[in-house]
Amino acid sequence: MMNSVIRLGIAFVLVLLVSACADKDRPNYQYMPNMYEPVSYETYQKVDFLPDGTSALNPAENTIPRGFMPYDLENTPEGKELSRLKESPLDSLNSEVNLAVGKELYDIYCAICHGAKGDGQGTLVKREKILGVPSYADVARNINIGSTYHVIYYGQNSMGSYANQLNYEERWQVSEYVMKLKQDL
Amino acid sequence: MKKVIYRNQISKVLGISLVVLLLFSISVFAQDEVATVAVQEETAADSSGDPVKGKTLFNQNCAACHALNRKMTGPALANVESRLSEEEGLDREWLYAWIKNSSGMIKDGDVYANKIYNEYNQALMTAFPTLSNTDIDDILAYTAAPPPAPVAAAEALIAEGDGGKSSGISNELILGALLIVFALLIMMLVLVQRTLKRIAIANGVELEREKAEKGLPIWKAFAQNQFLVLVFSIFLLLAAAYFAYGWMMQIGIDQGYAPIQPIHYSHKVHAGDNKIECKYCHSSARVSKHSGIPSLNVCMNCHKSIYEYQGNPEGPSQEDLANGYTNEFYTGEIKKLYKAVGWDEENQKYTGETQPVEWVRVHNLPDFAYFNHSQHVSVAGIECQTCHGPVEEMEILSQYSPLTMGWCINCHRETNVNVEDNEYYTKIHEELSKKYGVNQLTVAQMGGLECGKCHY
Repeated sequence: MMNSVIRLGIAFVLVLLVSACADKDRPNYQYMPNMYEPVSYETYQKVDFLPDGTSALNPAENTIPRGFMPYDLENTPEGKELSRLKESPLDSLNSEVNLAVGKELYDIYCAICHGAKGDGQGTLVKREKILGVPSYADVARNINIGSTYHVIYYGQNSMGSYANQLNYEERWQVSEYVMKLKQDL
Repeated sequence: MKKVIYRNQISKVLGISLVVLLLFSISVFAQDEVATVAVQEETAADSSGDPVKGKTLFNQNCAACHALNRKMTGPALANVESRLSEEEGLDREWLYAWIKNSSGMIKDGDVYANKIYNEYNQALMTAFPTLSNTDIDDILAYTAAPPPAPVAAAEALIAEGDGGKSSGISNELILGALLIVFALLIMMLVLVQRTLKRIAIANGVELEREKAEKGLPIWKAFAQNQFLVLVFSIFLLLAAAYFAYGWMMQIGIDQGYAPIQPIHYSHKVHAGDNKIECKYCHSSARVSKHSGIPSLNVCMNCHKSIYEYQGNPEGPSQEDLANGYTNEFYTGEIKKLYKAVGWDEENQKYTGETQPVEWVRVHNLPDFAYFNHSQHVSVAGIECQTCHGPVEEMEILSQYSPLTMGWCINCHRETNVNVEDNEYYTKIHEELSKKYGVNQLTVAQMGGLECGKCHY
């Protein structure tokens, strides 16, 4: 009699053990980990001896990445006024392609707040998560292509900088598209 | 290689059977619905101006930098008019002038204008020459007597939060209690059976089962039949081989892997409810090999303004509450972000004290396989969901695809490449089409199965 109780108990514990192994929180076993794991450091990997404890580091001071175009204006009200004098450096003969790329990028990064038409009625505004997003046609702000680029680069008030999501060319493409939206409003 | 749908299939089946065993008598305690407090809108006591109109104007023009009871880019604006007249002796005319042309007033040397300009990091307020005096009256009426919604809403929130938490704990308690009851039941059954047997023996009743056992036991009969034993052992071996093969094939496959992250980031809230593009945060998927985890400044693009979670207008669903995902829970996660990025909410400034967030990587290809996101996302134009599944519905992100070589190759065999408008390769595309005798080229036909494409 006791025997069957013990047997039942063992079966129960076994089921419990095996079901406990199906753990969603832990990665599965691997056959040959030394072929799976990289030898070099991976992006954002934790590395104890590096300054921030991670392999993601800032570029060395006073250096710029290849292909990077420095921006000469400062993040001040004066800098913003000066930015109004800037013109798009992109080829105007190629503007159709630039606008197409600009639209694609605008829809990803800007439309969520500024709205697909630039009227300040993006999804986040409609859902009242972020308020007070102006329309591009706002007379008082009177945006132009240079100031748009400036604001994408540095951000303004509640808007953050998009310099790390868009590169030099992409920022101008988006600025051109914003100007087109402003015209169409 | 075969596509593996579930890893740990055997153990999962066993696990489910365990759960089914335990689930017999679970009764679900429905969350009591929190009575929402009806909010009555007070009409403005102010002499002029329509607060309802004012609210719309405020949300359109001011709310980017100002909140009523909270410092943002600019100062809090609740009762701004009475505050200014009491503390600074400034009247409504001053406010008209300031709102219409603040930078002019600073240049003209207005004392309070310069004071507030310097206090807020010299952030220049946009001029609003388009607002008429009546518009400003409306806005001021709104700031003087805003609807008293926040207090009532906060109370409701607290009530809901408590409900969610207690249900989370009680669920575990119920499960534990059930387990104990289950064990006790087994013990009792055994005891009852034993006593019954004893009584039966004492009464001289011979049990039927014991009578039956007097004959040849069935397992002995089985052991004596050699043919049956042979068939049975072959069957057993085949079954064992089948399960062993299945188990070995799932090693190294992390389908369904859903680690707990240091900050509970909900893709469902961001990509689902708020419809933020995947590439907004994972911007490097467009241009590089990695899709990248966004740095925290990308979070702050929105969370500088969104400091608390307000959820959907209809409030958190029963399902979310059962999981403890209350509005307060999410707000707490936003505070974790502020702590990591070093954002001082009080003063709306970065403190410079940051700490990295140790996200746990979910999708990880072995080092010997090369994969490039930009090639799939930008060049081929594949939707993120094709490989990552319905991420916009995932509260906790899990790996949707097996990411095995067989899975890659299947897709390369079946997917047609869009060769239109690609003049550079027109000729080679034509010749390949002729070679294979097809109109549409698959990735495989264009060399997408060559070993060296992914392994080098």
